[in-house]
Amino acid sequence: MTRTAWQRRAIFKLFLIACPVLAALIVFASDQPAVRVEPTDSVGPRVLEKQTETAVVRDYLKAWQSMSTALGQNRADLLNADFVGTAKEKLADTIREQAKLGIQTHYQDRSHDVQLVFYSPEGLSIQLVDTVEYDVQLLDQEKLQTAQHVRARYVAVLTPTEVQWKVRVFQAEPQ
Amino acid sequence: MKLRITSLLGGLIVLALGQFTLAQTGGLRLPKTVEAGTAFSIQSAGSGKAVLYIVGPGQVLRRDVQLGEMTSFAPGDLHNAGHYVVVLVGDSATENGAFDVTAAHQPTALSFIAKPSRLPVDLHDGISGVAYVFDTFQNLVLQPTQVSFQLSGVAGAPQTRTVLTRNGVAWTKMNSASKEGAAQFEARTGSVADKRVIQQVPGDPCRLRMNVRPSGQRLALETEPVRDCSGNAVPDGTIVTFTEMYNGGEATVDVPLKRGVAKTEMPAYKGATISVATGVVMGNEIHWGKE
Repeated sequence: MTRTAWQRRAIFKLFLIACPVLAALIVFASDQPAVRVEPTDSVGPRVLEKQTETAVVRDYLKAWQSMSTALGQNRADLLNADFVGTAKEKLADTIREQAKLGIQTHYQDRSHDVQLVFYSPEGLSIQLVDTVEYDVQLLDQEKLQTAQHVRARYVAVLTPTEVQWKVRVFQAEPQ
Repeated sequence: MKLRITSLLGGLIVLALGQFTLAQTGGLRLPKTVEAGTAFSIQSAGSGKAVLYIVGPGQVLRRDVQLGEMTSFAPGDLHNAGHYVVVLVGDSATENGAFDVTAAHQPTALSFIAKPSRLPVDLHDGISGVAYVFDTFQNLVLQPTQVSFQLSGVAGAPQTRTVLTRNGVAWTKMNSASKEGAAQFEARTGSVADKRVIQQVPGDPCRLRMNVRPSGQRLALETEPVRDCSGNAVPDGTIVTFTEMYNGGEATVDVPLKRGVAKTEMPAYKGATISVATGVVMGNEIHWGKE
């Protein structure tokens, strides 16, 4: 075996190994949004512990997944785990309207730039601002009508429940 | 690496969407922002029939429209604040756009959280109030809005603070009054107000003093009325502990306050030392029958 042939085989092997890894990475990258959390030194008036911050961001991102699935499948019950109060009622109304019209919407969040801005003194609410990029697909009678890439600024208020934080207010505002 | 791949995928999607958009005609005229619940219209160009979609997580609308005509939406049609994607699907082309719906400027509801509902008197910054401001459609009013907080109690002048909301929320802290009783804690913006009752209770006992007198073979012990540092009577049921130490022995009696005082009887040992305490406050000591 010449040195060149050995090198070719090595490159081919490397290619065979790299392909599935790259494919897996692409799949992972396409499903999981990139998340950036701004430093939370100035959040107040209550001191925000790292554990709380981690839990709030985790539960907020999970709420995006729930919302996406619920709006995609027109199933309001899927909101129960992560939404409460006004946010849940409004999303459920949208789902009811979608179902009535035969519409489905698919939201896929691509990136989040989260900033926690307010932690109430008694610890019963926390507010964050998220500059989010997402793709939205609109299907009417299961026919794709559009796919758009959106960048928006969301304001969310989360409140603690027995085991997690749930989104109580979820609202985009002009950038 | 992950971010780069995501950006690459995002770029590909945008490129694909760009091609999708290139196949469309321009002419969809949208408002940049709409106040929640107000009437608005969308102008399209061309001719023929089309379907207009307004889509967001907060609401979804679909209208059959005539291209080239103005499509009007009545007050209340679109009432949830948020970012909306607009799609106009005609026979030969699709047009895309987006606009924002903002909360109505006039607040009509407050979500007011006051904590705690019960606290000791004379506590600095002991009461917190948080108010979220909403419009009539339960949208969070994100424009800075004045909220005034007022705590008025049984005595003294009311405490008042005026705060501008930031991202729809205003908060404050207040001191509890020096006199026990129910206080009214109110948050107000414009003509909208919400009220909570805060019960201010006496603080920890400030001074504890007992008296002793013989009662047959025993000693009758009784405290003076127990009060906090502001002169409020400490509530009945508060435990007062009497301890007697004698000849290396010790006896303890826990007595709840009744009508502001604690009473008990203990054996009369010559040379005994009797002390009294409640919570973290120590009272006076009495040495009985010194030899």
